[in-house]
Amino acid sequence: MLNRKGRRWGADACVVGFSGGGVGAEFGDPLRERMVVPSLKLQDLIEEIRGAKTQAQEREVIQKECAHIRASFRDGDPVHRHRQLAKLLYVHMLGYPAHFGQMECLKLIASSRFTDKRVGYLGAMLLLDERHDAHLLITNSIKNDLSQGIQPVQGLALCTLSTMGSAEMCRDLAPEVEKLLLQPSPYVRKKAILTAVHMIRKVPELSSVFLPPCAQLLHERHHGILLGTITLITELCERSPAALRHFRKVVPQLVHILRTLVTMGYSTEHSISGVSDPFLQVQILRLLRILGRNHEESSETMNDLLAQVATNTDTSRNAGNAVLFETVLTIMDIRSAAGLRVLAVNILGRFLLNSDRNIRYVALTSLLRLVQSDHSAVQRHRPTVVECLRETDASLSRRALELSLALVNSSNVRAMMQELQAFLESCPPDLRADCASGILLAAERFAPTKRWHIDTILHVLTTAGTHVRDDAVANLTQLIGGAQELHAYSVRRLYNALAEDISQVTAAYTVQKTSEHRALFLRTSGLLS
Amino acid sequence: MIQAILVFNNHGKPRLVRFYQRFPEEIQQQIVRETFHLVLKRDDNICNFLEGGSLIGGSDYKLIYRHYATLYFVFCVDSSESELGILDLIQVFVETLDKCFENVCELDLIFHMDKLLLLNSPLSSLETVVSSLHGGEGSVTRVKDLYCCRSQRTESCTGKEVHYILQEVVMGGMVLETNMNEIVAQIEAQNRLEKSEGGLSAAPARAVSAVKNINLPEIPRNINIGDLNIKVPNLSQFV
Repeated sequence: MLNRKGRRWGADACVVGFSGGGVGAEFGDPLRERMVVPSLKLQDLIEEIRGAKTQAQEREVIQKECAHIRASFRDGDPVHRHRQLAKLLYVHMLGYPAHFGQMECLKLIASSRFTDKRVGYLGAMLLLDERHDAHLLITNSIKNDLSQGIQPVQGLALCTLSTMGSAEMCRDLAPEVEKLLLQPSPYVRKKAILTAVHMIRKVPELSSVFLPPCAQLLHERHHGILLGTITLITELCERSPAALRHFRKVVPQLVHILRTLVTMGYSTEHSISGVSDPFLQVQILRLLRILGRNHEESSETMNDLLAQVATNTDTSRNAGNAVLFETVLTIMDIRSAAGLRVLAVNILGRFLLNSDRNIRYVALTSLLRLVQSDHSAVQRHRPTVVECLRETDASLSRRALELSLALVNSSNVRAMMQELQAFLESCPPDLRADCASGILLAAERFAPTKRWHIDTILHVLTTAGTHVRDDAVANLTQLIGGAQELHAYSVRRLYNALAEDISQVTAAYTVQKTSEHRALFLRTSGLLS
Repeated sequence: MIQAILVFNNHGKPRLVRFYQRFPEEIQQQIVRETFHLVLKRDDNICNFLEGGSLIGGSDYKLIYRHYATLYFVFCVDSSESELGILDLIQVFVETLDKCFENVCELDLIFHMDKLLLLNSPLSSLETVVSSLHGGEGSVTRVKDLYCCRSQRTESCTGKEVHYILQEVVMGGMVLETNMNEIVAQIEAQNRLEKSEGGLSAAPARAVSAVKNINLPEIPRNINIGDLNIKVPNLSQFV
């Protein structure tokens, strides 16, 4: 059968207003006359939506289809329910309301068919959350699915639980998830582990349930399980100092795993650009950072390996650089040897000169993290940082600005201010305000002379007056007020600024504020004219 | 933690929207629009990192994105994630999509890409993949006959498949698996499970309902074919 667009429909046709399947009309029986209304297959729906020339047209197509879907749901047709929900989820992505599909998700999840569960669970993840009472109703289905032993189904249930599981659901289902941690299938185990992380975030007391299995899980060879376990241990350590102390004893094990990855050589299964499972390496390095922080013994255990990674990692590809950056951050955060720290900061300095902008961005971000703790080490790279101010890339110049401001001190303030003032004149508009206020703050902290300070503020006001906060003007007047010897100078500067650009509202405002100097002003301007 | 994964085309039309933190529907759409506008402003040869928009969470969050021809893949992450690592993760995801959809035009159907720039290159040359996938000159194109297989469209090439694949890579906002072979094997097993159900279990139900609705015409009880002299052999021993 062809509809008027010549498209084949049949299996997907929904019968409006009647229960049970069946296509076709029985003539001569008005009471049982059936109106078969064509409803689109998902591909056809997508094509119709794509074909719509205007937003209004698209809305019309979708609203028409949603009417079909609603009717089909009311109908209670179990065979096509999953297709109807799939269509609904598609239009939901485009921003159309889909709340009437929530209960259908529940029905699909409760079905015995994998096809139904797959869409049903997806629908639950996209449409349901804690605020809907309906969300609790899937707890039972999840419990059943977790215990049935069908791996793909267990996977779906765990995925859903880790995405939208509320605290109540997590409490209910923790025993089921715990059982799955030590099951034979790595596929289910790795998902159970990450679900445990989510559960701890929702119900911190569950840490006591999921802490004990960790030690055993660390001996697994499967990368997915290891990755999840490291994530779980990290979560536990970040939440509890007791857990942190407990897991310090696995530092040697972690070092061993990382060393194996680093020295293992090229293995196709997990390597990215010749680096063995960089994702796992990065996770381990993050955990080592947490465990080694402020702990002499742990730091010592990992020192050699960190040095090895820092010097031997291939930096020609992104994957290697990801590992290297993480190594540098770990070195700087733990109690590492002084030589190693210098090496780490120098690696960052080298990266600042890399042609790859992503590398430069991460280098700037990393240096920013270190500027408080290792100020002198980072200072050594100040010239390169200042160079980055000239970047055309707004993300990079923003980082460079933050770092430059953090590097200003009493000995470099004049030079730095020159650079920053130059940057202020040409920087992108969304950075102006931050740059201006940063300069003013730095000027206040490190001004070598009052005159220099006044000049700096004036320059900022004239360059970026509209982006400056009002209290900057108040500060200026206060400053001028407190420097008798500079009154004439100040007023002259102000007048010149006004003469140059009368539209500088702030400059005019400043003059207005210094009304007590009006007499002086008039005298001075008389002198000038 | 990964807060959201968004895929949209060059016109800002969403192709995949997945949040790992709950936002009301209107806010979700706003975030997609805002992200698109932020990302659209970026040239192709500057870095892939952006400070996040105002809606999605403030200074701790950033947007890490990749632009492939007509699609933007955007991951919104917090400061606990490795920026360069996420770049590789996006690549793993895209390559896995490539492996899972046998026909280039299936992906085209979901993503409506005019020209598909996906590669057959082995994992080791990820960097080459990355640089050439940025589109523009020097890109390696594997353009299968885009229109030959329209008629072979399978039921499976709709938006939800991309979600299923994503679910094997990222779960609950955390990285689950990055071994592409394992992910593909799992997806194929699940697809087979679906196919086996669709074929066998639905058919009997459909057959029954079809039979129930057969409109049989009235069969005459008496057929008069006139007098026929038919010699019938003696079959008494079989009676």
